[in-house]
Amino acid sequence: METAVGTLRKTPLNPVHRELGAKMVAFGGWEMPVEYSGLISEHMAVRTAAGVFDVSHMGELEVEGPGALAFLQRVTSNDVGKLQDGQAQYSALPLPNGAPADDVIVYRRGPERFLVVVNAANIEKDLRWLEEQSPSRCTVRNRSDDYALIALQGPRAQPVLQGLTGLDLSSLRYYHFAEGDVAGHSATVSRTGYTGEDGFEIFVAPDGAPDVWRKLLEAGKDSGVVPAGLGARDTLRLEAKMCLYGNDMDETTTLVEAGLGWIVSLDESKGDFVGRGVLESQKKGGAPRKLVGFEMVDRGIARHGYPVYVSDGPAGTVTSGSYAPFLQKSIGLCYLPAARAAVGTPFHVDIRGRKVAARVVPTPFYKRPQ
Amino acid sequence: MEPSDRRYSKQHEWVKLEGDRGTVGITDFAQNQLGDVVFLELPEVGRKLKAHERFGTVESVKAVSELFSPVGGEVVEVNAALVAKPETVNADPYGAGWMIRLKLDTGKGDDLLDAPQYADYVAKEAK
Repeated sequence: METAVGTLRKTPLNPVHRELGAKMVAFGGWEMPVEYSGLISEHMAVRTAAGVFDVSHMGELEVEGPGALAFLQRVTSNDVGKLQDGQAQYSALPLPNGAPADDVIVYRRGPERFLVVVNAANIEKDLRWLEEQSPSRCTVRNRSDDYALIALQGPRAQPVLQGLTGLDLSSLRYYHFAEGDVAGHSATVSRTGYTGEDGFEIFVAPDGAPDVWRKLLEAGKDSGVVPAGLGARDTLRLEAKMCLYGNDMDETTTLVEAGLGWIVSLDESKGDFVGRGVLESQKKGGAPRKLVGFEMVDRGIARHGYPVYVSDGPAGTVTSGSYAPFLQKSIGLCYLPAARAAVGTPFHVDIRGRKVAARVVPTPFYKRPQ
Repeated sequence: MEPSDRRYSKQHEWVKLEGDRGTVGITDFAQNQLGDVVFLELPEVGRKLKAHERFGTVESVKAVSELFSPVGGEVVEVNAALVAKPETVNADPYGAGWMIRLKLDTGKGDDLLDAPQYADYVAKEAK
């Protein structure tokens, strides 16, 4: 599959996806699997057993050397100082206007050794932005091509992965990571994910990825483990109300407006950071609009870009919207004026010329059984 | 292989002609391209359609696709079962996944393709 303007990039797992008969699509300059056996069956498999995802297109930036911690405190929104070795945190790279250049996960490998995992579409932008912030003594290095990334997500993820690793997964806490072996390959295993289920993200060298992938599926075949594509990844994260950069937030939506005030730290230990002024005033005094979750009240599926109407007129567009396979209803996210954002507020979505009733609901839409 | 007892449009609908009645649905190629069907908007009984007129939409999780009637006629029946079980369109696009039944106008779709011609058309389109 080639774009009109150039060839798509391929992850190390591309031949494996083709072998499995995946439907491939162009995504952010990459050729990626959107589905294998079907979006709904993959989505349900992740909620009831486990799914294996190729997310090797994501970016990995190493920030290391003297001053790395201080640098990251300055350019991220969350308090990096709270991290111990082997711990990770969800965070963002805020711009001076309080909106994110990207949402990221920061991993602390050592006192001045960090890995920042970024969205595939933003790798070059984030690198340039970080370089502009003058790291001075520490270095920022793009290591994206040195890592393949496989996510194993679902209630059966732990028993399936445990059979392939010497790491004790029962003692690996959420948002922590460890280095070890997976299926005979050197790997970093992180208890993180983008589905709302328990699961792991496995960083391996690109050469080892196809073997790790095949062994995960083999180990999980009697437990209902299946390969899962970007289609299911999107419906899963939406049910769990996890934001998608580019849809639910961008360089014009502040972190507070996007509902991410919880990854903005104003603690003294955090210190000053890009965008702190705006974010502090919004955390204390409120923001003019708010990202809310909604469900359709009347028949129809709200999709990205559809106009939204409140009682006094137009109010932006749907940022993410879909039929939710597990919940079996149509849900979505949109920005509403703060005064119209309370749970229960009725409003309308314009679905291709027809105004269809919707209602603000609490989020996350789905929460996994504890 | 597409059933030979019907005719096909380039918009990937089929029509099965039986006397003055025509049954309409989408092809296996179309359902496969769409993915899991989750929602349909179908016309009311009594609606009059011209050949190639849009009569509704079929939605999968990821996509919205318009439906075009291969022939002209009046809608006399709508497959209400698809409201509760839209996935029938994926499972059985030529049988239980039928969408509407028309009382046909004159002019019965001479511009439509037969099964081998449609198969050819799909093979070229899929490249």
